[in-house]
Amino acid sequence: MRVLGIETSCDETGVAICDSEKGLIADALYSQVEMHTQYGGVVPELASRDHIRKVIPLVKEVLQMANMDKSEISAIAFTRGPGLMGALLVGATAARTLAWSLKIPAIGIHHMEGHLLAPMLEKEKPKFPFIALLVSGGHTQLIRVDKLGNYTLLGESLDDAVGEAFDKTAKLLGLPYPGGPSLAKLAEKGNTDRFHFPRPMTNRPGLDFSFSGLKTFAITTVRDNPDDDQTRADIACAFQEAVVDTMVIKCRRAIKETGLKTLVVAGGVGANLRLREALGVEIKRLGGKLYFPGLKYCTDNGAMIAYAGCIRLLQGQEPEESFQPRPRWPLEELF
Amino acid sequence: MKILAIETSTEACSVALLDKDKCNEFHEIVPQKHTERLLPMLDELLTECKTDISEINYIAFGCGPGAFTGIRIACSAAQAISFSQDIPIIPISTLAGLAHGAAKKYNSSKIIPCIDARMQEVYWANYSFEANSGKVTLAGEEQVISPEATNISFNKGNNEIIAIGSGWLTYKELLTERHSKYKIIQSEIEYPHAKDIAEIAKIKIADGNVKQAEDALPTYLRNKVTHQKRG
Repeated sequence: MRVLGIETSCDETGVAICDSEKGLIADALYSQVEMHTQYGGVVPELASRDHIRKVIPLVKEVLQMANMDKSEISAIAFTRGPGLMGALLVGATAARTLAWSLKIPAIGIHHMEGHLLAPMLEKEKPKFPFIALLVSGGHTQLIRVDKLGNYTLLGESLDDAVGEAFDKTAKLLGLPYPGGPSLAKLAEKGNTDRFHFPRPMTNRPGLDFSFSGLKTFAITTVRDNPDDDQTRADIACAFQEAVVDTMVIKCRRAIKETGLKTLVVAGGVGANLRLREALGVEIKRLGGKLYFPGLKYCTDNGAMIAYAGCIRLLQGQEPEESFQPRPRWPLEELF
Repeated sequence: MKILAIETSTEACSVALLDKDKCNEFHEIVPQKHTERLLPMLDELLTECKTDISEINYIAFGCGPGAFTGIRIACSAAQAISFSQDIPIIPISTLAGLAHGAAKKYNSSKIIPCIDARMQEVYWANYSFEANSGKVTLAGEEQVISPEATNISFNKGNNEIIAIGSGWLTYKELLTERHSKYKIIQSEIEYPHAKDIAEIAKIKIADGNVKQAEDALPTYLRNKVTHQKRG
């Protein structure tokens, strides 16, 4: 079975083909990030306008990469949500109509399920059950994954998502959008000992997160210190250390509470190298196993949607005719 | 020659199949429900016409102006059909579709289609109809404009115009007042129909005016959708 996957939930148009035997066989991505940079964030209407220009060209591109004719596609998977309504709608309409026209099934995939299954695209795959840390611009969640479609929320951010906290702090430091990668880069030049940011919600029980206080702390730190390159790098460094440390503490707690020893990290913030390193050390210490998707599959992509579609169809999920997106869609509602 | 047409730029979800001179249409007023109704309606249409999707030669769609999400539904769906069936695609102005519908019905030569564009604006155009060719022709440009600033620029012939589309209903008093030197005949047609999109497409096909799937894009008219970052 060969599944074409289409992802358009935010500012990346991703299309890929997953083969049930061979795995991922073609993958193409168009990022709109440059366009949104000039506005300091994603402009939803512009994102939708860009997706509609890119979906068909990317479908053509992956078919060519896989040396396949469109008649050889067995099914189509698309991101149904969560995400930006207008952006989701473009991919969903194209995918569902393509399937209708080719007389093949189509299924809508939960974007975050796509992310949490992304490590399965790697050679060494995690085995169920495991704990997933989903960290992106829109989500910060710790989830117990017993099997496909069986997800229990262990904890989540009560305010800003971690990626959002990165972006906002980066903006404060005068860094360009998207702030996460720019801040991480600046932090490399920073001194870890100069500032100390709080580790929010770590001195009380529970697995929830809160990042809005860190942003406030950053505002005060910027205000009370000289405005020079080294200071900015030191603040970036202290902020990142606080975020990473907080996540390490919560992951350790989740592992201890559930008794599960496998941790899967996914989502855009999963590309943060400092987070990867720190979690690596901690999981090793706890005798557990840590899985990440490859760097290119941390951010939004079509491959994870094609893969999720492939295994959902193999599991017997029924396709449906409506392609109504679900911009808000709790992961726990999946089954 | 079979032309399939899709029009979803307003509250109406409309699909039509034009086969030589025979046109079948399914037209429903389904605000916010296009995603649920479009494909079932296409199935019903093809079943009624005893036609398989592989027998379709051209795909046309109402490319706007209209609701942004609506025109993207028609555009994405039409692109997908064009690509998957290897058939040419023809984007047709929604305002031209409205004008065409009115021209046939009233046999009148001056038509002003007007769609409510929200934000105190309308999509507005002046179309003339030539009975011999069966063509509607745009005079000037299609605009997104405040109803207070709309213009009618026909100067030949009588002063009778056909007013068509939801914009005329939303701004009825304002528009009739502003254009009071014209004898306005209000069409009861509120929304564009796919059968008109198909009929205009037929003329475009004869002119060789067709596109490849990815080259057919929506016409938004309203392009100021954001503020440039300050500083």
